[in-house]
Amino acid sequence: MQIKIDHLTKKFPDTTAVDDFTMEFESGKLTALLGPSGCGKSTMLNMLAGILPATDGHIYFDDDDVTDMPPQKRGVGLVFQNYALYPHMTVLENICFPLEIQKVNKAERIEKAKEMAKLVHVDQYLDRKPKELSGGQQQRVAIARALIKTPRLLLLDEPLSNLDARLRIEMREEIRRIQQETKVTTIFVTHDQEEAMSISDSIVLMKDGILMQVDKPQALYDDPNHTFVASFLGNPPINNLEGIINDAGDFELKDHSATIKLNEKKGIKGEEVILGIRPEAITIGPDFNTKAEILERYTMGKEELANIKIGSAELRVYISVDHDCKKGDVIDLVLRNKGVFLFDKASGKRL
Amino acid sequence: MRFHFDIKKFFVYFFLILGALIMIFPFYWMIVNSLKTAQDMTAYPPTWVPSNWFNFDNYIEAFNKAPFGIYFINSVIVTISCVIITTFTTILGAFAFSRLKFKGRDLIFSLMLGLMMVPFEMLVITNYTTVAKLGLIDTLAVLILPFTSSIFYTYILRNFFLSIPDSLYYSARIDGASNWKYLWRIMVPIAKPSLMTITLLNAITCWNSFFWTLLVINNDVNRTLPYGLYAFMTEGGSDTKLMMAAATFTVLPMIILFLFARKYIVNGVARGGLKG
Ligand SMILES: Nc1ncnc2c1ncn2[C@@H]1O[C@H](COP(=O)(O)OP(=O)(O)OP(=O)(O)O)[C@@H](O)[C@H]1O
Ligand SMILES: [Mg+2]
Repeated sequence: MQIKIDHLTKKFPDTTAVDDFTMEFESGKLTALLGPSGCGKSTMLNMLAGILPATDGHIYFDDDDVTDMPPQKRGVGLVFQNYALYPHMTVLENICFPLEIQKVNKAERIEKAKEMAKLVHVDQYLDRKPKELSGGQQQRVAIARALIKTPRLLLLDEPLSNLDARLRIEMREEIRRIQQETKVTTIFVTHDQEEAMSISDSIVLMKDGILMQVDKPQALYDDPNHTFVASFLGNPPINNLEGIINDAGDFELKDHSATIKLNEKKGIKGEEVILGIRPEAITIGPDFNTKAEILERYTMGKEELANIKIGSAELRVYISVDHDCKKGDVIDLVLRNKGVFLFDKASGKRL
Repeated sequence: MRFHFDIKKFFVYFFLILGALIMIFPFYWMIVNSLKTAQDMTAYPPTWVPSNWFNFDNYIEAFNKAPFGIYFINSVIVTISCVIITTFTTILGAFAFSRLKFKGRDLIFSLMLGLMMVPFEMLVITNYTTVAKLGLIDTLAVLILPFTSSIFYTYILRNFFLSIPDSLYYSARIDGASNWKYLWRIMVPIAKPSLMTITLLNAITCWNSFFWTLLVINNDVNRTLPYGLYAFMTEGGSDTKLMMAAATFTVLPMIILFLFARKYIVNGVARGGLKG
């Protein structure tokens, strides 16, 4: 099912949690809602589920306007951040509950529940109570419960945030697998960019209730339209240098301590800008045009990293092992085309 | 292992045991006397044990002198009705005041809590006039009707309901459950321990209720056990052993109930105490 939202807004007495969103969620795809804490992700999800009424705007499921439809009629499955399993019911009863409400007969719903339990790999715990399960198992039960009524839309609110690093990676692959097996349109909330990048078909990046950019994960990384987007994605993070465009159309640091030649001139002059350089976006070699001093070299996992200094600005970049430069050396480097972005300083927009 | 004498522990246990004995003694004395023969009663000094532990003559005699069977049935009817209706209204009230949103909810609830300050004795007169006007004096209904809701229990249960996370409610709503279904299928089962406590305390209060009964009941067939016992004492002369027999089967059901449900009562009281 395709979801369309049109100028959707949610205002609380002293915040606008979701501010004038207009976009579409693709049918059968897994979309991540990504953004820092407090940016309105849960609010957005709750409006889609029908738990929270919208202040303004419309939500369409395919062609139906569901803005004022109560939650039970929307056919959505929601997995809460704390799973919200019913503590007095066994795993089996929990998974059965939506069908029990729909008055499906007992034999049928148990059969269906067992099927679901198998899908999410909790079929060996059917008789346990939620508190006798690990976080990851509880989460899978919650997913099974959300899936059993074959929802048109599956919503997951930071389902992995309570899990340890290993389990998180395991579970996100599990979610990916389940989503691909069931082909249900899924929206997944997270504030972890890596999580969003690794499992989603597309990412909705938001900030302070405002929609920043919607795109495929790689496109979002390679082609951010705002400095916030560029900074939010990527680890180690992008290097942001503040400066102006000089008369030659090249970038000059604010204190004029260095100039960096840009491969692509924008045809502007004198403007205050932010130059974003991804750590992997430089090449070292002879007859290049920018001088940098190596401050430190170190490894992070299997990656070779270096802190370098261009003029007064410090950057963190990848340096291939082939270069045996060491601390204190001055090297020549050049920017690649990919991974270098120029943003307007005032608005943050990409130039 | 060497025996270790802990003076502090000794005193703690000493006083606890003493306290327990003092509490148990009246019950013991009641039961013992109810089993004594006329001869035992006149013995001097009084004997600590009856001559025959299985002498139920006093019970039979008490039953013959006054319709304790009817009193017992009345008590059971009144207590069960009160408990069922009160529990039901308490659940609905607690749900409304914790989960439903309506105008003036918190104000109404504060007013109700304020009403708890009014002592029962003050309400007795208005209650009496009300039931008198309704023509209900001297019926069993009058023993039930004024006790079909409880602000205090509603308050306790409301607080428990408030501690259940919102996400369970929303989750149930998304799963298609109505408020009604959510209440009975999710909230009530989760609140079962609290409800048990409330039900039991309420049952004990109802069973022992005396003052109001005394006021509104005259006819023999509408008496409950505590009132019946009282009437038996004033009307039936002062044969101690018969009175003790009657007293024993008045309190016995509650003692049995307590023994079975001890866990819930103690938990409830302890929890209430901790919350202050
Ligand atoms: N019921 C409410 N009343 C008032 N303000 C609210 C309410 N719920 C959320 N907000 C505000 O709306 C904003 C967005 O909240 P929301 O819960 O959607 O954030 P989030 O993106 O889910 O954050 P997190 O990642 O921490 O869960 C926050 O500033 C929050 O304070
Ligand atoms: Mg949230």
